[in-house]
Amino acid sequence: MALSIEDIKKIAHLARIEVSDTEVTATLSKLTGILSLIEQMQAVDTTGIVPMSHAQELSQRLRDDVVTKSNQREAFQKNAPTLGNGSMKPAVDSGLYLVPKVIE
Amino acid sequence: MINSSLKQLANMLQAKTISSVELTQSFLSRINQYNPDINAYIALDETKTLAQAKAADLRIATGNATPLTGIPLAQKDIFCAEGWQTTCGSKMLANFIAPYDAHIITQFDHAGAVNLGKTNMDEFAMGSSNETSYFGGVKNPWSFEHVPGGSSGGSAAAVAARLCAAATGTDTGGSIRQPASLCGLTGLKPSYGVVSRYGMIAFASSLDQAGPMAKSAEDCALMMNVMAGFDARDSTSLQRDKEDYTRELNKTPTAQPLLGLKIGLPKEFFAEGLDTDVAQVIAGAIDEYKKLGAQIVDISLPNTGLSIPVYYVLAPAEASSNLSRYDGVRYGHRAAEYNDLNDMYSKSRAEGFGAEVKRRILIGTYVLSAGYYDAYYLKAQQIRRLIAQDFIEAFKQCDVIMGPAAPSTAFKAGEKVDDPVAMYLQDIYTISTNLAGLPGMSLPAGFAQAKGGPALPVGLQIIGNYFDEARMLNVAHQYQQVTDWHQKMPDLKNA
Repeated sequence: MALSIEDIKKIAHLARIEVSDTEVTATLSKLTGILSLIEQMQAVDTTGIVPMSHAQELSQRLRDDVVTKSNQREAFQKNAPTLGNGSMKPAVDSGLYLVPKVIE
Repeated sequence: MINSSLKQLANMLQAKTISSVELTQSFLSRINQYNPDINAYIALDETKTLAQAKAADLRIATGNATPLTGIPLAQKDIFCAEGWQTTCGSKMLANFIAPYDAHIITQFDHAGAVNLGKTNMDEFAMGSSNETSYFGGVKNPWSFEHVPGGSSGGSAAAVAARLCAAATGTDTGGSIRQPASLCGLTGLKPSYGVVSRYGMIAFASSLDQAGPMAKSAEDCALMMNVMAGFDARDSTSLQRDKEDYTRELNKTPTAQPLLGLKIGLPKEFFAEGLDTDVAQVIAGAIDEYKKLGAQIVDISLPNTGLSIPVYYVLAPAEASSNLSRYDGVRYGHRAAEYNDLNDMYSKSRAEGFGAEVKRRILIGTYVLSAGYYDAYYLKAQQIRRLIAQDFIEAFKQCDVIMGPAAPSTAFKAGEKVDDPVAMYLQDIYTISTNLAGLPGMSLPAGFAQAKGGPALPVGLQIIGNYFDEARMLNVAHQYQQVTDWHQKMPDLKNA
């Protein structure tokens, strides 16, 4: 199936990666090349084959329902990005992360 | 000394002919001398490194040393190490200081090993040449015009240039074995689930596996003794008894130590696409194995060609999910200017990720999107089973499988960087092992020289059955008892 410029824009939106109008043609050509490689799979008859999702047949282990980690919020928030839009301050305030307003 | 094995170094440390601080300083001074050219390391921190060396000396003095106490190692920058810059080769994490240790970092710490620094790599381990790193390419110590392979290119170059005693790597589709092949090293990707992925930055979780990159099979075995083992913090870590990976190595030498070993040669690994000079070196290595007593069996892995298409559905699909965590909110790069929340996500990710990572996220997003899931993702998982079954059939006829690790010797920087599909074909002989979850390794088997070019290393790949690492290491070790390819060192002054 051939990809279109519109497809690229839709995928980029789903992936939350901005693809500028100048990049979109080059992206289309590279992704088309990769997809044509992937298309080789379609020649294989896979009727009745159970999909293999993992290298080892494992059942998920469950851990005991007890607290094992201490709160390290302050340590983790040292890696917060800078706020942006003119501010070089860390994007945290009172232990919370700062993002653009989402609810009016 | 820089060419000494881990065992020799441990003996020197034990005998106090050298201290860990002295040994560490000698590697640090080589790093200062050669790293500006080779670019194998992204992060160095002499204060932290030397503090570990001092602690190791104290431990040796009190008689509590392990085989790796005081040995200076390099860690791929995919592993979180507390207080260390941990970038995964990406602008996205350029300023990230890991707040905790990966499991293997803890293991090396407990063993008393010294961390020399974090090694360069393809961004988020996506690449086969180290050219997708935000921190610049890495030079192959055998020839600075050539790439070291990838994604563990920094670790490979660091070991080859003797800028560390040994290093760690990770292998999702060949990222330990292909650079080991291109740089003349011994590298092992263990069976999936043998080494904990805790604190190892995720690319494709059902395929990612960490392993050692070192000068010899014996060194890899010593590294495995520290790296392998159950860890409850990785939900796919296997609950198996602790193994001694050196256990097969030290048996009494005989003229034919591999008598009775059945080596399978898959015809698909020697078909079109393999450089003839590489094929010749591999044939020479197989002859050596016959002298060691091994028996050659012709086998077939009929679905080998499909491993690349399958991988480029499954790995990007898993990556698109794993890398969704980089949103510019809690850590990592955030765009300087943005409007609303979606705009902040999209711009932060567009700026923070390089071209190859973006391509793979987009492919992964596409194959998982509504309407295409069955045609791509499910289909790829079905063929993955066919590929794994090929190996199950093959191991009914042989004990180990051998072939080339890569279709060519190192290529020149820039040669494949604009052609993703050509780059992907570098991993044609390694990817199927990851899909099946089997262990694979590469060891130096000689050199090949293209017309007018430099002589460059060729790697022999050994693929074993599940959990057969100890035997594979011995199969490699016996070859290294009768050859000296693994001891060859590049001449950095004329590279």
